[in-house]
Amino acid sequence: MFLLRLVFRNVFRHKLRTWLTVLGITIAILAFGLLRTVISAWYAGVEASSASRLVTRNAISIIFTLPLSYEERIRQTEGVRIVSGGNWFGGIYIDEKHFFANFAIEPKPFFALYPEIILPPEQEAAFIRDRKGFVAGRKLVEKYGWKLGDTVTLRGTIFPGQWDFVMRGIYKGRDKNVDETTFYFQWDYLNEKMKKTYPQRADQIGFFMIGVTRPDIASDVAARIDNEFRNSIAETLTETEKAFQMSWIAMSQAIVTAIQLVSFVVIVIIMAVMANTMAMTARERIGEYAIFKALGFGGGYIAALIFGESLIISMIGCAFGIAFTFPAARAFGDALSTFFPIFNVAPETIYMDIAAAAVIGTVAGVFPSWRSIRIRIADGLRRIG
Amino acid sequence: MIPGGAMAEARSIVEIRNVSKSYRRGSQIVPVLENITFDIAEGEFLALMGPSGSGKSTLLNLLAGIDSVDSGSILIGGLDITTLSETDLAAWRAVNVGFIFQFYNLIPVLTAFGNVELPLLLTRLSRKERHEHVEMALRSVGLSDRMDHYPNQLSGGQQQRVAIARAVVTDPVILVADEPTGDLDRVSAAEILELMSRLNKELGKTIIMVTHDARAAEKAHLIKQLDKGVFINVSS
Repeated sequence: MFLLRLVFRNVFRHKLRTWLTVLGITIAILAFGLLRTVISAWYAGVEASSASRLVTRNAISIIFTLPLSYEERIRQTEGVRIVSGGNWFGGIYIDEKHFFANFAIEPKPFFALYPEIILPPEQEAAFIRDRKGFVAGRKLVEKYGWKLGDTVTLRGTIFPGQWDFVMRGIYKGRDKNVDETTFYFQWDYLNEKMKKTYPQRADQIGFFMIGVTRPDIASDVAARIDNEFRNSIAETLTETEKAFQMSWIAMSQAIVTAIQLVSFVVIVIIMAVMANTMAMTARERIGEYAIFKALGFGGGYIAALIFGESLIISMIGCAFGIAFTFPAARAFGDALSTFFPIFNVAPETIYMDIAAAAVIGTVAGVFPSWRSIRIRIADGLRRIG
Repeated sequence: MIPGGAMAEARSIVEIRNVSKSYRRGSQIVPVLENITFDIAEGEFLALMGPSGSGKSTLLNLLAGIDSVDSGSILIGGLDITTLSETDLAAWRAVNVGFIFQFYNLIPVLTAFGNVELPLLLTRLSRKERHEHVEMALRSVGLSDRMDHYPNQLSGGQQQRVAIARAVVTDPVILVADEPTGDLDRVSAAEILELMSRLNKELGKTIIMVTHDARAAEKAHLIKQLDKGVFINVSS
């Protein structure tokens, strides 16, 4: 108790220095937390993926399509519960700056396959009834102020032309990690228009989303599907939804690695700043530590004084850093919702913040403690006066 | 209590035998104390005098167990402290030595009470007992009304009295004082010397004091002059 009181008093002996150090740690923890959240946002699709869903695409590349006829054959495969075809549409709303993901889907199997996408039944029915209908996530709708019945026009890039859609529903995510910024419309609408304009591109599916009867047979089912289409005109690659999402992230792995590296560099920099603060503090108090030693206190007590002070300063900075991370992440997420539809501060990020602060506090205390413990009492006492 | 006149009959509390000490300055070895042998009787008030660099502070540090000898032995209360490990020596100091420094060396973030309580944290005393001891020590130095004051709220003389209270609160075997009046004005210095004299006479504390001040040394029963690491004169 006495030790703790003494440590707390020592913390605020040089208020300006302490608060400047706290400010530095706050900014470092805030930056670390935001960068970790960016990484989490990158992996949000992976986190949201289900173990009982598979994705089948062209074995050569995702940009090559598969014949629609595959859908029925996949449906007949043992272990397959449900199949829903889809295409990445890549349409542009207003201009390229207003990017959001837009997909052509088969509504009935799609919503059966994705129970985490919550759409009111009457809106789902209205969407299914209207070939030109679309549903969009809550955040996307809020961003553009769309209302049910509004017509939204996308300019096709992969599928040329002006595409008019009528809003029939607004979905919400069941969980926090469900993307609420996606735009879904009927695949039939896309296919019909293709039949009229580019018949050779009709009846082509970009990927199949497949629900299996049990998660533990997912890999067997994937192998069966790929075997089914081996040596065909369009061989397939079937993988779990998680692996499929990871393959997208793999394309930008260098960026993710760079962000991870920067997040740790931030911690190393602040660790050096904190170590300098503690070294200055210990140097100033070397006479006091000599007194403690002269009075009979052991090296452990002096180490506890230094480590305690270092940890308290870093933990105060950490607390402020965490407190500021939430509003900063909200603002960051709002500003970059186009790139990061899911930008939530994960509990793991907070745990990492705390661990980083603990490491900062501990490492910063090592050298000053070692030096203070080793100093000869007579030498330490000479520093006073 | 052992009055000054009875010193010859008192047993030796400190026995210093053939103590030598040198320091390394770069590649040079500088001898500070050379083959020092003497005893200090229980209840003695000894003043060590001498010019700067004569070895008096080094000798005091050796007696207090905060520095180590090159050779020789120092027996305090029959225990050769030169044989103790760093840890054992720390524990020994906590019980046996009270320190009074020139610059008081109080912990600035602790009140007078906290500073005096500090050495008692290493004892088995309960919180209540500690408080009683601290109050008694501060009362004995005339500072019972300054318990909650921080060092920077006290004058130099008052700070030194707090330091004395801290030195005696554990009832140590010896009190070591390094220039205890060196940073004080004449009036405060006289008060501190009077207080130390009282501790010696009334409580029988063995005091070993290093000083440059002849007036301070006058309060001691015995004055030993050191020069270049050897005793050159003893007077009482």
